[in-house]
Amino acid sequence: MNQKLMLLGDEAIAQAAIDAGISGIYAYPGTPSTEITEYVIQSAEAKSGKIRAGWSTNEKTAMESALGMSYAGKRVMVCMKHVGLNVAADPFMNSAITGANGGLIVVSADDPSMHSSQNEQDSRVYGQFALLPILEPTSQQDAYDMVHYGFDMSEKLGVPVLMRITTRLAHSRAGVVRKPTRLQNEIHLPEDHRQFILLPSNARRQYKTLLQKQEVFEKYALESGFNVFSDGENKELGIITTGIAYNYLLENYPDRIIPFPVLKIAQYPVPHSMVAEIYNSCEKLLILEEGYPILEESIKGFLNTGKTVRGRLDGTVPRDGELNPNIVALALGMHDTRGIDIPSIVVGRPPSLCKGCPHIYSYNALNEALEVFSKGRVFSDIGCYTLGALDPFDAINTCVDMGASITMAKGAADAGLHPAVAVIGDSTFTHSGITGLIDCVKDKSQIMIMILDNETTAMTGGQDSSAFGRIEDICLGVGVKKEHIFILDPSPKSHKENLAILNQELCYEGVSVIIPRRECIQTSIRHHKEHQKSEALLSEN
Amino acid sequence: MKRDIILAGVGGQGILSIATTIGTAALHTGLHLKQAEVHGMSQRGGDVSSNLRIADHEIASDLIPYGKADLIISVEPMESLRYLPLLAPGGWLITSTKPFINIPNYPEMDKLIMEIEHIHNHIALDADEIARKLGSARSANMVILGAASPFLEIEYSELQDAIRQIFEKKGEEIIAMNLNALQAGRDFAETHMN
Ligand SMILES: Cc1ncc(C[n+]2csc(CCOP(=O)(O)OP(=O)(O)O)c2C)c(N)n1
Ligand code: SF4
Repeated sequence: MNQKLMLLGDEAIAQAAIDAGISGIYAYPGTPSTEITEYVIQSAEAKSGKIRAGWSTNEKTAMESALGMSYAGKRVMVCMKHVGLNVAADPFMNSAITGANGGLIVVSADDPSMHSSQNEQDSRVYGQFALLPILEPTSQQDAYDMVHYGFDMSEKLGVPVLMRITTRLAHSRAGVVRKPTRLQNEIHLPEDHRQFILLPSNARRQYKTLLQKQEVFEKYALESGFNVFSDGENKELGIITTGIAYNYLLENYPDRIIPFPVLKIAQYPVPHSMVAEIYNSCEKLLILEEGYPILEESIKGFLNTGKTVRGRLDGTVPRDGELNPNIVALALGMHDTRGIDIPSIVVGRPPSLCKGCPHIYSYNALNEALEVFSKGRVFSDIGCYTLGALDPFDAINTCVDMGASITMAKGAADAGLHPAVAVIGDSTFTHSGITGLIDCVKDKSQIMIMILDNETTAMTGGQDSSAFGRIEDICLGVGVKKEHIFILDPSPKSHKENLAILNQELCYEGVSVIIPRRECIQTSIRHHKEHQKSEALLSEN
Repeated sequence: MKRDIILAGVGGQGILSIATTIGTAALHTGLHLKQAEVHGMSQRGGDVSSNLRIADHEIASDLIPYGKADLIISVEPMESLRYLPLLAPGGWLITSTKPFINIPNYPEMDKLIMEIEHIHNHIALDADEIARKLGSARSANMVILGAASPFLEIEYSELQDAIRQIFEKKGEEIIAMNLNALQAGRDFAETHMN
C-alpha cells in the first residue's frame, strides 16, 4: 500500500475514486480529462468491484446519470473538460439545489493556454456560481487525497463537490501513495423524499439551506489543511497562490525557503480570515492564479481603494494563458533565465490528418462539389475533421462548440444562404447534433449535412461512439427522408460517385444527410492489434 | 543532483518510450521524478515534447523553467532547436539528424545542421541509420537514448535493467536488440563528445 505509483494527475484521481468506493463513473471524453475515465475503464479492480465505468453521450447525460446514482445513495464521479461543464451546466447548477445523497464529485479539467480547446474558461467560476465547495489540487498526491476528502465532505454536507484541475496537473506523472480502500455504499434513498423535486416551493427552501451551508463550507476550507499559510520574514510582499501556481513559486526558491508570507489556496470558498491575515500583515500582495484572476478581483474590490494588489489585472502577470516558473520569476522581479532564442529557420509544424484518413476524401469531394459556388458555406464542428480548416483543404468556415455545425448552417440557410453545408463527426452528432437535426426537419431547412462517420471518437483517442452503426436509423427516426440519406465510401476509388451525389444533394431544397463511413486509421490499427493479442492469448491457453 | 530533460519529436515518433526508460531507471535508483506528457490530438504529425525531471529531492514544478534544462533529447533535428530557450548554459543537445518532413516549408538540411553545431555541447547522429545497420530499424529511439546516456547521471547498467524490465514480455530477442541499440548510441556519444 505504501508503494509509490507513478500516475498522471488524471490517473491519481481515478485510482482515488476506485479506492474511495465509487460505484460508478460517468464522462464524455475531452482533453485533458479523458484519462480519468479511461483508467477506471481499464482497471481490473474496478471490474472486479463491478464499478460502472463508461462513456456517456454527452456531459449533460453524464452529469444527470451521476446525480441519479448519488440519489440512490452510492458514491459516484463525473468527469469532463471545462467546456463540457457548459453542456452539463443545467444539471450541475441544479444539483447544488437538490444536494447529493451518495458522495458526488464533479471533475472539470481546465485547459489554460488552450493546448487543445476553443477557450480557457475557468471552472472555479462555475463552482462559485453554483455555490458549491471547490477542490483544486496542487500535486498528483493532493489530487489523490482530495478525492477521498471530497467524497467524505460530499456525504457529510449532502452536496456535490467540484474538483478543478488544469492541463499540467492532469497530464503530468509523479509518485502517488495510496490510502486504504473503502467499501461501496449500499443503496439508500434520500431521507427527505422531496429533496430532489425542484418545484419552486421546495427549491426555495433548499436554496436557503444551500446558502446557510456556505459558512460550513468555509469552515471546512479553513480546517482541512489544504489551504496553508506560511509566514515569512519579509513583509514587504505577501503572496497568494491558487492551484499549481504554488509549485511555480516554490520552483524559484531552490532551497525552498520563501522570504515572504505565502498563502496557498487549494480549497474554496477561500477562508476570509486567512486572506485577512496576510493582507493585514503585508505591505502589498501578489496573487498568482492558474486561470482567471478570480481571487485577485475579489481582494482588490470594485473600487480598488485598499493596498496594492499585483497580478493578472495590473499586468504583473499576463492576463491570459497558463503560468510557468518563469512568469512567476518575472512577477517576483527575478532575472529572466530564458536561454537562446529559437533559430529563425525553425518553422511551425501543425498537426495534420493522418495519411489515409477518411476525412481527407470527404473534404476532397466536398471542395470539388462546392467549386461552382462562392466560398464561406461550410459550417463545421469539433473533432479531427476540424483540421479541414488548414492547408491543403481550407474546407470549412466555422468551428464553435459541439453541435453548432448543423444549427449554424440552419440559421444561415434561414437567412438565405443556399446551399449551406454542415460537417459534423459521428460522436459530435450524438453529443449535440440530433436536436439540431430535428429543428431542420421540422422547418424543412434547405441544408446538406455531412456526418463524417469514422466509427469512433477519434480526436480524444478513439473512444466508442454512442451511435455506432445506427446513424442512418437515427436520421430516419427523426424524420429525414429516406431518399435523401446516403452512405458514401470516403476513399479515392469512390471519388467520382461521391462527387455526383454531393452535386445532386447540394441542389435539393430540403434536409439531406450524407454519411461518409470508414473507420479511423488509428482506431483500426488499435483494433487490429487488440484482435491479434486476444488471438494470441487464445492459442496460448 | 537534478537532471531536467526536454524530450522532443513529432507526434507518432514515440518519444514517451525514451521517457519511460529513463523514468524506470530513475525510480529504481530511488530518485524523485515528474514527467509532463503531451496528450490529446490523436492525429499525427504535429510537434510534441515532454518535460522529464529527475532529482534526489522533491520536485516542485511539473514544467522545466526556461534556461534550466540540462539536456534536450530529440528524435528529429528541427524539433531539437524548438526548445533552445529552455536549455541551460552548458546544457547538452542530443538529436537525431534524420529529418521528418511533413510540411512544405521544411528548412534546408545543411542550415539545420549548422544551427545544431552552433550549440557548443551537442551530439548529432543519424539514429535511424545506426539502428538499421544493427538490423533493428525500430529501435532508433534507443540509439538516441544511448547517445544521451553519458549525460543522465544515472548508471548505465540501470538503463540496461530498465530496458530488460520494460521489454520483458516481448522476449530475449527484442531485449537484445534494444540493448544493442542503446550501446551503439552510447559508443557514438563517447567518441564524439569533444
Ligand atoms: C463540450 C465538449 N466536450 C468535449 C470536447 C472534446 N472533444 C473535441 S472533439 C471530440 C470528439 C470528436 O469526435 P467525432 O465527432 O466523432 O470526430 P472525430 O474526431 O472522430 O473525427 C471531443 C470529445 C469538446 N471540445 N467540447
Ligand atoms: S486519428 Fe483517425 S480520424 Fe483523426 S486524423 Fe487520424 S485517421 Fe483521421
